[in-house]
Amino acid sequence: MTSELKPNRGSKPRIAVAMSGGVDSSVCAALLVEQGYDVIGLTMQLYDHGAATSKSKTCCAGQDIHDAKRVADKVGIPHYVLDYEKRFEKDVIIPFAESYQRGETPIPCILCNQTVKFRDLIDAARDIGAEALATGHYIRRVEDNETVSLHRAIDQSKDQSYFLFATTPEQLAFVRFPLGDISKSETRALAEKFDLDIADKADSQDICFVPTGSYTGIVDKFRSGDPSKGRFVHVDGHDMGEHNGIEHYTVGQRRGLGLGGEAEPLYVVEIRPRNHQVVVGPRADLAKHEIDVRDVNWLGALGGVPEAETRIQARVRNTHEPVPALVSRGSRQDQAKVSFDEPLYGVSPGQACVFYDGDQVLGGGWIMPGGTNMTVPHNKRNEGAAVLSA
Amino acid sequence: MTVQDHRIYLDYNATAPVYAEVVDAVATALRERGNASSVHADGRSVRAAIEDARDSVGELVGVPSSAITFSSGGTEANATVIRGLLGSGAVSKVYCSTIEHPSVLEHVDPQRRSSVNGDGQIDLNKLDDALKKQHEPFLFCIMLANNETGVIQPVGEVSALVHERGGLVLCDSVQGPGKLSLGTDSLGADFLTFSSHKIGGPQGVGCFAINTDVALEPMLIGGGQEKKRRSGTENAPGIAGFGAAARVTGGRSDGEQIEQIRDQLEDALLEARPDAFVFGQNVPRILNTTNIAIPGVSSERQLIKLDLAGFSVSAGSACSSGKVSASHVLLAMGVSEDMAKSSIRISIGAETAWSDLEKFVEIWATL
Repeated sequence: MTSELKPNRGSKPRIAVAMSGGVDSSVCAALLVEQGYDVIGLTMQLYDHGAATSKSKTCCAGQDIHDAKRVADKVGIPHYVLDYEKRFEKDVIIPFAESYQRGETPIPCILCNQTVKFRDLIDAARDIGAEALATGHYIRRVEDNETVSLHRAIDQSKDQSYFLFATTPEQLAFVRFPLGDISKSETRALAEKFDLDIADKADSQDICFVPTGSYTGIVDKFRSGDPSKGRFVHVDGHDMGEHNGIEHYTVGQRRGLGLGGEAEPLYVVEIRPRNHQVVVGPRADLAKHEIDVRDVNWLGALGGVPEAETRIQARVRNTHEPVPALVSRGSRQDQAKVSFDEPLYGVSPGQACVFYDGDQVLGGGWIMPGGTNMTVPHNKRNEGAAVLSA
Repeated sequence: MTVQDHRIYLDYNATAPVYAEVVDAVATALRERGNASSVHADGRSVRAAIEDARDSVGELVGVPSSAITFSSGGTEANATVIRGLLGSGAVSKVYCSTIEHPSVLEHVDPQRRSSVNGDGQIDLNKLDDALKKQHEPFLFCIMLANNETGVIQPVGEVSALVHERGGLVLCDSVQGPGKLSLGTDSLGADFLTFSSHKIGGPQGVGCFAINTDVALEPMLIGGGQEKKRRSGTENAPGIAGFGAAARVTGGRSDGEQIEQIRDQLEDALLEARPDAFVFGQNVPRILNTTNIAIPGVSSERQLIKLDLAGFSVSAGSACSSGKVSASHVLLAMGVSEDMAKSSIRISIGAETAWSDLEKFVEIWATL
């Protein structure tokens, strides 16, 4: 663990661990106990589990909270459940629903890290006298003299840096990621070694508050304004029939459109929330050369995003690898412009664009609608950068 | 490993620490080998222990031992009476106060809950008005003393009103023994329910007392134990422990002393933080309970910091997850949600020393 905290027999520094009940955060807690810290487990109650799964007689807490309690008991640490239901609704669920209504494809996990986890939970950790908050994320925090930087995990297949781009320097000073230097299989082995019951537990997949996988119910629940049914429109301008509502679509989507009979497969290339149009077209129309990002968090050299174009690697989806790009300050201080060396296909507004310099995370921002479609020469079509699925 | 060595326990209303006599009684019963329903000497010996316990509990709570049916605790006792009366057809509707324990409250339609005043006592005028409209046989449930605020309810008056209207009364008396004088005569209730672990007995055992000849449909059938009111082999060690706890509780005379240090505690708390507020201070409360809010400091935060400092207190009704919710009792009293979410309950008992409370005040004042 990279840390200035030095456990010793005299006075053990207190460290809070965000425990989800999963393997990663459980091992994280057990490791810190083994290293001699005064560890306190904190679990966030984010939503009513019974309501989310439509089982009214089910406890508000899911199995995960019970698992976290069992692990805390096993490793011998105090454990508390913090009720963040209201804040989570306000800061994560409602913005999630609103983002879909704006024709975007949101990532609630990042909003959660940004708000309840790294704001409220850090406050709670400080309040109980902890000197740091550890989480089970796969990402590395490197401390070098006076500076602290964020780097991709050693286990690139588990790297969670995409979800943590918004971690501010102040937050970074307080958080620790003990698993950034080990692989997932090592984590599972440690869970076995510590004899934790959850060693074989599957990784979480879905968005936690939509365990049934149907996020549109959430969008409906918090909808402000009319349902968003509208028309499919081809890029060449012709009408292609009615769609079920813009929140059902994401830029780059090919499957499930129900639009057959075209020579080339059709993709969603743009969503126009104002008139509820879903614009579809051939893959070439997805190509994006340059995008704008908002609410930029900059973790590189002091002074924010450089005004001059600066060489970075950019990642527009968690499942994509970073690609060569240039970043420069945008028209506003908190915005940036990103130009990709090769056009990218399937860049969805509302997703994050994360900046890297090799393994180091330089920050990132939220992808804004628009951007520049570079005209791709015909002989170059179907080549180039990331190929999308979904 | 036991956690109690360096801790100060101030949560008697949740569970009172078990008396040494109880440990002995439970251990003795565990060493028996019979089933109380058996004809042989081993069985008779267990039966005798159960009946001795029944006598002791009856004596403590002021009812004939023949009126007592053992259960797995207060929750089951409440459910057995409420569902039993509905099941037998003796009543068709169930009413209660808004501050009942969830084990009563959740049996009752929210429309049929009778409000309390700002001090946390049932509003007798409103109750009277509500009962005037009542024409079907009904049950009214009123607790003897509230577990969260300690506020004592006018059970005798409620019983008189209910009986006047032809209803039956269930009095959840779980917080009563050792803290109040009891008995159906003074309360006038038709059913009383009790829990062993609130009086220093083992968890997982309780009872109800019947003071009427109305029929109860049993919830558990098959075996016919407890005069067919509650089938299933008796929890003999638990019942023996309950009996021992009843005997110790009945023999204690330190109530005034406990009340005195409780009052002293409240003075010290309010002196340390004049912005704090004690609920129910204007009305009679049981002698060991203080419910106090620090405006702006969440219960959750208070509980965690006090726990880490070695003090066990509680707040609201903790879900099994450990999430701390606002107390439904304080909300029913008209307390704002913010204020209700800033309160904790301190409940003391025989082993609480003033020096413990001095340490508590010192830490609490810094929250």
